[in-house]
Amino acid sequence: MPRMTDERVRAGLAREEDLSLLHEVSMKTAGVSHLEMCIQCGTCGGSCPAAQDMDHTPRMLFAMLRAGMRDEVLRSNTPWICVSCYHCVVRCPQEVHIADVMYTLKGMAIHAKLYVNSTAPHFSQTFVGMVETFGRSYELGLASRHYLRHFPLRLPGMIPMGFGMITKGRMAIMPKKIKHMDQLKKILDRAKQLELTS
Amino acid sequence: MNKYLLYPGCSMESSGRAYGESINAIVESLDLHFEEIDDWNCCGATEYLGINLIPAYSLIARNLALAARQSAAQTNGPHTVVAPCSACYLNLAKADYYMQERPSLGVKVNEALEAGGLQYKAGTLDVRHLIDVLVYDVGLETIQSKVVRPLHGLKVVPYMGCMLPRPDYQHRWSDHEHPTELDDLLRALGADVIDYPLTTSCCGGHMTQIGPETAFELIRRLVADADERGAVLMATVCPMCQMNIDAYQNEMNHYFGTDYHMPILFFTQLMGLAFGREPDEVGIGLELVSSRNALAQIGVEVPITQEPGAPRKKYEGLPMPRRWTKHEQKEAVK
Repeated sequence: MPRMTDERVRAGLAREEDLSLLHEVSMKTAGVSHLEMCIQCGTCGGSCPAAQDMDHTPRMLFAMLRAGMRDEVLRSNTPWICVSCYHCVVRCPQEVHIADVMYTLKGMAIHAKLYVNSTAPHFSQTFVGMVETFGRSYELGLASRHYLRHFPLRLPGMIPMGFGMITKGRMAIMPKKIKHMDQLKKILDRAKQLELTS
Repeated sequence: MNKYLLYPGCSMESSGRAYGESINAIVESLDLHFEEIDDWNCCGATEYLGINLIPAYSLIARNLALAARQSAAQTNGPHTVVAPCSACYLNLAKADYYMQERPSLGVKVNEALEAGGLQYKAGTLDVRHLIDVLVYDVGLETIQSKVVRPLHGLKVVPYMGCMLPRPDYQHRWSDHEHPTELDDLLRALGADVIDYPLTTSCCGGHMTQIGPETAFELIRRLVADADERGAVLMATVCPMCQMNIDAYQNEMNHYFGTDYHMPILFFTQLMGLAFGREPDEVGIGLELVSSRNALAQIGVEVPITQEPGAPRKKYEGLPMPRRWTKHEQKEAVK
């Protein structure tokens, strides 16, 4: 019997390997994502406080996942605009772990280097870099590096705030480091290997 | 004495220092004993989860593993981890829950932990937020009995934020969208609590750093609504909410051409005041939007500290449409 070709592939709307995109995203998401259960009701987009700044509402994004539109999904700013407020998550009638799916899509976009605006990915990466070096977040290092790179024009206006934070002892000049950084490094290195093989 | 393991979180020593100080000022009178998890690390906030899955959960789980080990080393060791920060609370609770919901994740995280000589069996510990412990373990009656300076007449809106009542894996809260725990607690302190429908709306989270326009609008909604309802103060349970509404309020005002002045304090600071502590003992004065005038209404005198920030420049740009300030609006009505 000849192999069935999906209509989406024949029409040039999706690549063969993207037909299981929905499943791939679901499997890469923590917990049981319920992504396959989405009934396209739109409660998520209607509940979203930041939807007006998104390229696609979450509902639309999930339809695109099902259609295998890999590049379009990973280029969408939607996961990056998501503020993780979990309004959609508690309202979703199908209990889709929407916020966690957004985290998965961010990770996939970084991996495929498909994000359009680099502000958010760089912020996440800088933050994680600090944590991987010190074991704690380091706000002053993070903020100065991030603002110099992405919002240099916002810096002058931020000086009073930064000055206030430092003089009030709310922002440490030097980072704090945990005692067993070596242990944390070993754990994270092993975790990264596991991530690649899974 | 009630013993708990404490996961303070990074902000407790920096941007949320007032929270940490005020917690220390109230625990004794409530007969609570918090034992800090030794050598805890950052929970990754909302950033690590968006990069890698297993490393992110391993980072969180190291804290749970350390806590479980610390508890097992004692006879009758505490089994509850208390996190005062909503983002830390959610991350710890989430890792604990997902490692059970998807056992393969638990196996992999434990494989990673093993490289550091640790392990964690999901479900061993209870992860709870500070206000959960205060309302449901200590109890409102006990809290009320400690009040020596009731906050009568202090018009305050309770701001719960989003990551505390949602997604609520262990069904700990009265409601996902309008929980009343903070309202009840503030009422027990004698405060004049104003109903605040936006109590679990988002403060913008990390968007102040990556998409300020998105965040400013979210902050404006919260502050404007609190102001319209006649509040002089917001009370929060989360260092990120405090930081966004406090430290970015000035920038938000510039962006919209508004002139809001809405101080936001941690609920533990108000508890400390009600328990008779002095303002400087509970970190009052560390906020950038000063709570001095608000607290003067209940007879609490806050020593004047140097207000940060350069004087506002006079508006002298091109005649562009902008939102009216409240003052202008009042003038126009006249």
